[in-house]
Amino acid sequence: MNPRVPEGKSAKPSAAAAGGEAESRLAQVFELAGRPLLIPYLTGGYPSLEGSRALIDRYLESGADIVEIGVPFSDPLADGPTIQATSQVALRAGITPRDVFQLAAYATGRGAPVVLLAYLNTILARTPEVFFERCRDSGVLGVVVPDVPVDEAQELQSVARANGVDVVLLAAPTSTDQRLDRIAASASGFIYCVSVTGVTGARSAVSADLPGFLRRLRDRTALPLAVGFGISTPEQAGEVAKSADGAIIGSRLMSLMQEASSEEAGLEAVGEFLSAAADAVRKARSG
Amino acid sequence: MTLSQRFGPYGGRYVPETLIPALDELEQAYERYREDPEFVAELAELQRDYAGRPTPLYRARRLSEKVGFRVYLKREDLAHTGAHKINNTLGQILLATRMGKRRIIAETGAGQHGVATATVAALAGLECHVYMGEEDIRRQELNVIRMRLLGAEVIPVTSGSGTLKDATNEAIRDWVTNVGTTYYIIGSVVGPAPYPTIVRDFQTVMGVEAREQILEKEGRLPDAVIACVGAGSNAIGIFHPFLEEEDVRLIGVEAGGYGLDSGKHGASLALGALGILHGSYSYVLQDEDGQIQEAHSISAGLDYPSVGPEHAFLRDSGRVAYTSVTDDQALEAFTMLSRLEGIIPALESAHAIAYLSSPECPFGEGDVVILNLSGRGDKDVYSVAAALDMEAV
Repeated sequence: MNPRVPEGKSAKPSAAAAGGEAESRLAQVFELAGRPLLIPYLTGGYPSLEGSRALIDRYLESGADIVEIGVPFSDPLADGPTIQATSQVALRAGITPRDVFQLAAYATGRGAPVVLLAYLNTILARTPEVFFERCRDSGVLGVVVPDVPVDEAQELQSVARANGVDVVLLAAPTSTDQRLDRIAASASGFIYCVSVTGVTGARSAVSADLPGFLRRLRDRTALPLAVGFGISTPEQAGEVAKSADGAIIGSRLMSLMQEASSEEAGLEAVGEFLSAAADAVRKARSG
Repeated sequence: MTLSQRFGPYGGRYVPETLIPALDELEQAYERYREDPEFVAELAELQRDYAGRPTPLYRARRLSEKVGFRVYLKREDLAHTGAHKINNTLGQILLATRMGKRRIIAETGAGQHGVATATVAALAGLECHVYMGEEDIRRQELNVIRMRLLGAEVIPVTSGSGTLKDATNEAIRDWVTNVGTTYYIIGSVVGPAPYPTIVRDFQTVMGVEAREQILEKEGRLPDAVIACVGAGSNAIGIFHPFLEEEDVRLIGVEAGGYGLDSGKHGASLALGALGILHGSYSYVLQDEDGQIQEAHSISAGLDYPSVGPEHAFLRDSGRVAYTSVTDDQALEAFTMLSRLEGIIPALESAHAIAYLSSPECPFGEGDVVILNLSGRGDKDVYSVAAALDMEAV
């Protein structure tokens, strides 16, 4: 059973209401599940609009707890070659942010909690007011903005919050304690923990420093911590879930689609991978 | 003192969190060394004995006669490596060595900044990797060979459009990945803070010299200072020491490409919209959904779809007037200067020259103008020859 987007308010004080802010529905998704979550990513419009809908279906059937949808951008400087390539495919096919909002609405219509990944220029182009209104209207709970560090986030956060949407902040292994303090104080929804110094893309192993990095954050916040960048096997997802509240998998899934002989074969491979990852994530904290 | 991260609303640090501590480290190092006597002395010595500074301020008599007012050329074409880019890379390599970094990376468009970086990396004995768009590698073969001779690795960038903006994305991605060991020498007054300030400060030597030189030659300040603007480092460097002089007009010339209404140009100040590129808030050529558009210019060094944040600020304040000339005007100026003065200018600098004979140029009898001849044109002779042949057919 997948977590569902919470509608009512929970009774006890929690991370969802950390710092006396209005409750975060995104944080509640983690809280209500009570276990680590599996968060697969897809580039909106890849391999096509229809293909994206099929991917969303497959993600949800295979144990996805939250779906992360990337808004394709021409200059994605936090992303490695895989996501750059999928973004290019989507852009060449004429995919716009409007199409991605429709995909988000499709996923939320199926009961899935949805977060977007969008670069700041995409948000500024139509103004943050319009962008976050569209998030709200399509049921998006949070937006990851990889090129907005905490120092530059305040204005976006206030517009987002007015629409009931979280700006998901990122923390990196290079972040100093002082910066982690600021991130913890300002974050809502969950914190996106970058597992390696680098861009997105599959890696051969999970960083050995990860538990230590997460402990540094746990000392500072009750918010859920989801880990992304570099998770490339179901086992690594399970490994991550031992210390994190969520495992975000992007490039690996996109490359399974790229490498497959047909879209159907790609969906099969993605489904198999995610089912195994969902198993591993759910078992991570038992035994 | 703490460096400001913004010029009015422009600039800032819109980069992944991973890089912020590295930018803080760079800012601290720069604050520590910028006025450190040993650093200042070492840089001054290299500027003099290695790069050949001060570069001359040359009174171009035949050009002046042709345009009808007195034109002085700031001869950055005579600086080591053939352009003003060396001013910045010398300063930054000294910072890099003091910060203990062993690995240097850079982006390059026309290859001038790549050559200037490969040069100082060789000088300092550091490993050097230069990102360059596939398309630019094809257009600028000479500079690719120079970089390789200097011991740098030139890494072709195939993502996106394979030009300067994509090379910059790749350099930033490399830096995010290797941030502990690597120093990123950015080539212009762009990128996240403190880069626009650091690059400007190292380039300001041009304006400081030009100011002294014109006072010596003319006994007064000029009526105008003119420079081409791509991302904007040669312009900022020569304008800066004149910003407080209200009677000195400052004019920046952008790449008009095939014309401003053609959609193929590099005039981000004229036609860009506010946005983010490479970590900085400024004017950016983009579509209504915020996708960055390709810039176009016959000059690879002006082929950039944004502009340094301080230029955005100076445009809004009205202190600098920005205009543009087309590819054809620049080509014409390229041959004009070659024949009138025996100086083959870089195609970038030819844009500033072209402004002198454009109908909107307001100067006349008795006026004195300084023009930044930011580089020499050897690198451009093949593309100019090709363009002129096409016209002849």
